[in-house]
Amino acid sequence: MTEKKIRVLIAKPGLDGHDRGAKVIARALRDAGMEVIYTGLRQTPEMIAEAALQEDVDVVGLSILSGAHNALVPSVVDKLHGFGMDNVKVFVGGIIPKEDIQILKEKGVHAVYGPGTDTRDVIEDIRQAVKT
Amino acid sequence: MMSSVDPMAIRQGDRLALAKALTAIENGTPESQIIQEALFPYTGNAHLVGITGASGTGKSTLVNKLALALRGSKKGSLKKIAVIAVDPSSPFSGGALLGDRIRMQDLVGEEGIFIRSMASRGAMGGLAHNTAAFATVLDGAGYDPILIETVGAGQTEVEIAQLAHTVIVVEAPGLGDDIQAIKAGILEIADILVVNKADKPGAENTVRSLQAMLALAKGENSLLAAGKHMRQQLTSKMRSPEKISKGWAVPVLSTVATEGKGTAQLVQMINKHRAYLASSGLWQVKENERLRRDLEVIIHDLLVDQWERQVDPDQLEMVVSEVIQRKYPPVKAAESLLSIKS
Repeated sequence: MTEKKIRVLIAKPGLDGHDRGAKVIARALRDAGMEVIYTGLRQTPEMIAEAALQEDVDVVGLSILSGAHNALVPSVVDKLHGFGMDNVKVFVGGIIPKEDIQILKEKGVHAVYGPGTDTRDVIEDIRQAVKT
Repeated sequence: MMSSVDPMAIRQGDRLALAKALTAIENGTPESQIIQEALFPYTGNAHLVGITGASGTGKSTLVNKLALALRGSKKGSLKKIAVIAVDPSSPFSGGALLGDRIRMQDLVGEEGIFIRSMASRGAMGGLAHNTAAFATVLDGAGYDPILIETVGAGQTEVEIAQLAHTVIVVEAPGLGDDIQAIKAGILEIADILVVNKADKPGAENTVRSLQAMLALAKGENSLLAAGKHMRQQLTSKMRSPEKISKGWAVPVLSTVATEGKGTAQLVQMINKHRAYLASSGLWQVKENERLRRDLEVIIHDLLVDQWERQVDPDQLEMVVSEVIQRKYPPVKAAESLLSIKS
C-alpha cells in the first residue's frame, strides 16, 4: 500500500499538436507500474516546470516534433533547476536531428529518443536513472 | 531523492517542500510522521470540498473553473486553493495515468493554486489511502478551501462523504433513467447536486429526476419542489432522524463548465453550505467524526503491519495449505493464527 512509485510527468512543450507518441509512452510507463501525469498539449516551459514541482516527479519526459527543441528543452531544464529540482531526470522524445542530441545532453538532458524506439528501452533507462 | 523536508518551510509557503512532504506521505516514509506531527496543530481550518460523479461528467473541468473562482482575482486578497485530483491505479501493473491536469491548464502557474495528482493505489472507495493525510498537510500549509476530486465514481465510491465537509456530486445528461436517481449510493451523499453539460439535450430531464429523487428521499426541507399539502403528508411519515437535517435543502444546479456557466452560483452555494455547517454546529460534528475514523483506520493498519512482521511465514504457509486441503475453513485458521501470536 505504501511503496515508492516512480512518478513521471509527460508533457508536450510548444505548438505541435501530435501527441500520439506522448500517449504511447505514457501508456507504456503506466503498464510498467509507474505513475504518469499527462498534462496535454501546448505547454510552456513555465507550465511544465510548475507541474513537475507540484507533482514532485522523478522524471520529466518531453515530446517535441516541432523542431523547437533547442529553444524549449533548455528552458525547461533551467526552470527545473531554478525551482531547486536538480535531481529530476529530463528525457526527450521526438524528431531530434543527430547533431542536436549532443547539444541537448550538454544542457542536462538524460536521454533522447527518436522514432522506432522500443518502449522497453525507455522503461529500463528510467528505472536506472531514478535509482542513482 | 531522500532530501529531508522542513515542516516550517511548508508553513512559510515553500512549495517544493510541500510537494516533497506529500510524496513522503504517499510513500509512507518515516519522515511523513514527523511532518504530520509538526503541521497538525495548524490544521482544522480548511474547508474540504469533494467533487465526485461518474467518469466523463466533467469533474476536472468544473474544478478548473471552481478553483479560479474560489481564489478570487483581486490582487492582495487572493486565497490559497489546493486541488487533490485522484485517478485510478491499474489493478494489473500498479501504474497509473493521471490525466486530470489536462483539464486544469488554466490553473498552472496561477498564484496561490496548488494541484496534486494522486493515484488510488488499490484503494476502492474513490479516494487513495492517503488522501485524508494529503488534505491535512495542505490544510497545515494554509490552503483553504481544498478541492478533492475523486476517481470517476459509480454508485458505491462514497468515501469522500467521510472526508469532505461539502460534497458536490456531478451528473451529466443521458447517463441513466430516473430509477438510477433513486438507487442508493452516490446521490445520497450529495450536499450539492450539479448537472454539468447543461447545454446538452436531456439536461432538463436530468435536473427534474434529481429533484424528484430529492423530494422522495429526504425530509421536509427538500420538498420545496413538491406541493405544500403533499409536503405535509409526506413529512409526517418520514421522520427518520438523520434525514431531518434542518436548514439544508440539497440544491440542484446546472452548469456548463467548459464555458464557466453556472460556476458563480456553484461557488456561492459552496460558501453558503460552509456557513450553514458552521452555524448549525455540523462542522464540528463532521470534524470529530473524521478524526475518530482516521484514528481507527490507522490503528487497524498498524495492527495489521505489526502482525505481518511477527507472523512466522512457515507456519502461515502450513495453515494456508491446510485450508486449501479443506481441513478447516479460513475463519478458523485466522482465529488460530491470531491467538497463537497475540
